Amino acid sequence: MDPLIVNALIILSIFGITLLIATYSTWAERKVAGYIQDRLGPNRAGWGGLMQPLADAGKMFFKEDFIPAHANKWLFIFGPSLAMLTACMASAVIPFGDSFIVGENIVLVQAIEVNIGILYVFGVVSLGVYGLMIGGWASNNKFSLLGAVRAASQNISYELAMGLSIIAIILMSGSLSLRTIVEGQHGGNWNILYQPLGFIIFLTCAFAECNRTPFDLPECETELIGGYHTEYSSMKLGFYLFAEYINMFASSAVTACLFFGGFNYPGMDAVQNQLISSLGEATGHNIATAIGIAVMFAKILFGIFFFMWVRWTLPRFRYDQLMNLGWKGLIPAAILNVILTGAGILLEMRWLSWVAVLIVIAIAVIQASASQKKELRAQRA
Amino acid sequence: MKLTNRAKQIDNSPMTVAERLYIPAIATGLGITIKHFFKKKATINYPEEQRPFSSIFRGLHVLKRDEQGRERCTACGLCAVACPAEAISMTAAERKPGEEKLYREEKYAAVYEINMLRCIFCGLCEEACPKAAIFLQPDKIAPAFVDREQVIFGKDRLVEKMDDRATTGIQKYTGVKS
Ligand code: SF4
Ligand code: SF4
Repeated sequence: MDPLIVNALIILSIFGITLLIATYSTWAERKVAGYIQDRLGPNRAGWGGLMQPLADAGKMFFKEDFIPAHANKWLFIFGPSLAMLTACMASAVIPFGDSFIVGENIVLVQAIEVNIGILYVFGVVSLGVYGLMIGGWASNNKFSLLGAVRAASQNISYELAMGLSIIAIILMSGSLSLRTIVEGQHGGNWNILYQPLGFIIFLTCAFAECNRTPFDLPECETELIGGYHTEYSSMKLGFYLFAEYINMFASSAVTACLFFGGFNYPGMDAVQNQLISSLGEATGHNIATAIGIAVMFAKILFGIFFFMWVRWTLPRFRYDQLMNLGWKGLIPAAILNVILTGAGILLEMRWLSWVAVLIVIAIAVIQASASQKKELRAQRA
Repeated sequence: MKLTNRAKQIDNSPMTVAERLYIPAIATGLGITIKHFFKKKATINYPEEQRPFSSIFRGLHVLKRDEQGRERCTACGLCAVACPAEAISMTAAERKPGEEKLYREEKYAAVYEINMLRCIFCGLCEEACPKAAIFLQPDKIAPAFVDREQVIFGKDRLVEKMDDRATTGIQKYTGVKS
């Protein structure tokens, strides 16, 4: 087969899978919410409510599509489109699996393999904020504008910490290519083992970048009616909400690649050798790759579940708390992590970044034992 | 006054480093929510599953007949007097010879109406009735209506059919089976 066609097929199927997972994330979110709140969640449309996303989409299409009189019409339409576009673009460089052997060719399970993969992700993700910003601005509504401003400042602040936390990973793997980073974690050398602090910082920032609870200030309905999408209706609103789920998928995939070894799993060499010796070079390799893809998707799905789990656990931050955490907490911690990792590479001690964690734990324990909270009187008899 | 033993003392002293890390607290919270994830759900899938009515549920009224199929009500008006919502109104009539099969006493209610919009299902009519004639059924919800024409329930809807007798608490008062 022409490698161009194969590539097109891979791109299309990754795109399709992204959309499918995002669609069913909306269903899963409601199910998870239901289960965590001791109720059932959607179960009327189809088996277990599985037709619910389709019903929702149908509803979205038939709702009145309203554009406010004083809104800038083209920007108003452009906002949700941009949000959707950038969300979909991020998954292009993610290696979902190793490679397939098709005839003479070796086909990577990845839409495009570029040697600056992680930079590309960052570029696309930071474009995403334009979608929200333009949407909030074009609505010509003060509340939308405030939501958009919050989205912009939040994304910019947390992108700094996120970038710094990635630097440690890049230092360790010596490459910007996601595939190289994933392959560097082969054999159980998952980055999370060497970068606990980096992982926590990255995860926090990923939540903030996706505008997920507890960082969902741009759409804080108690303060801002609806936030940047207050004026949106029908499928334009649907695009905004849907983009959030695609972002969740993309950031789960990036997290899996950066910290959890992507398509690597313990004992994969043994499995691959076994398959190749019993089924032959090409078939064995292909099946091993398929297993790797399944492992990758299991990691991604757990990531999405974790996003939802946190959403139904934590309350929303206050805006000043959000900024404090970002600038005074995460960025210094990320810089410390970079320094320690760099030192670790110089001294050839890969575990050095655990020192940061130990320092923090030590401070916490010492302070907790030093400042005994005073006994409290009962407020009311 | 302490209503439950779950009240928590508010603590405004500055947080320690351990608390400001949030991570232990977040982990505890995640633990709590995931426990709920696996708990038994309180939801009842309504049309398919139905919760049994409470034993003291008071539903739609019924005007009982006796064992021989005669209407029990003697149009004494005590229920109407007892009704705090003034939902009951009736017109009495005298039993003609030959109607002994229809009415138990010499006087009967020619018209007996309950305004369901006014009724508060307090059950005082049931308490007041000396003839064990009116009951609030423990297993029937008063039907919904969309129109004020439909809210006055006359004898056609209140008096029980002999082939479809209401299950009520009548034994409680009379010892009679139905
Ligand atoms: S239940 Fe109460 S309110 Fe209703 S008719 Fe009887 S006495 Fe009146
Ligand atoms: S229902 Fe009972 S209380 Fe009411 S008028 Fe008839 S006999 Fe009297």
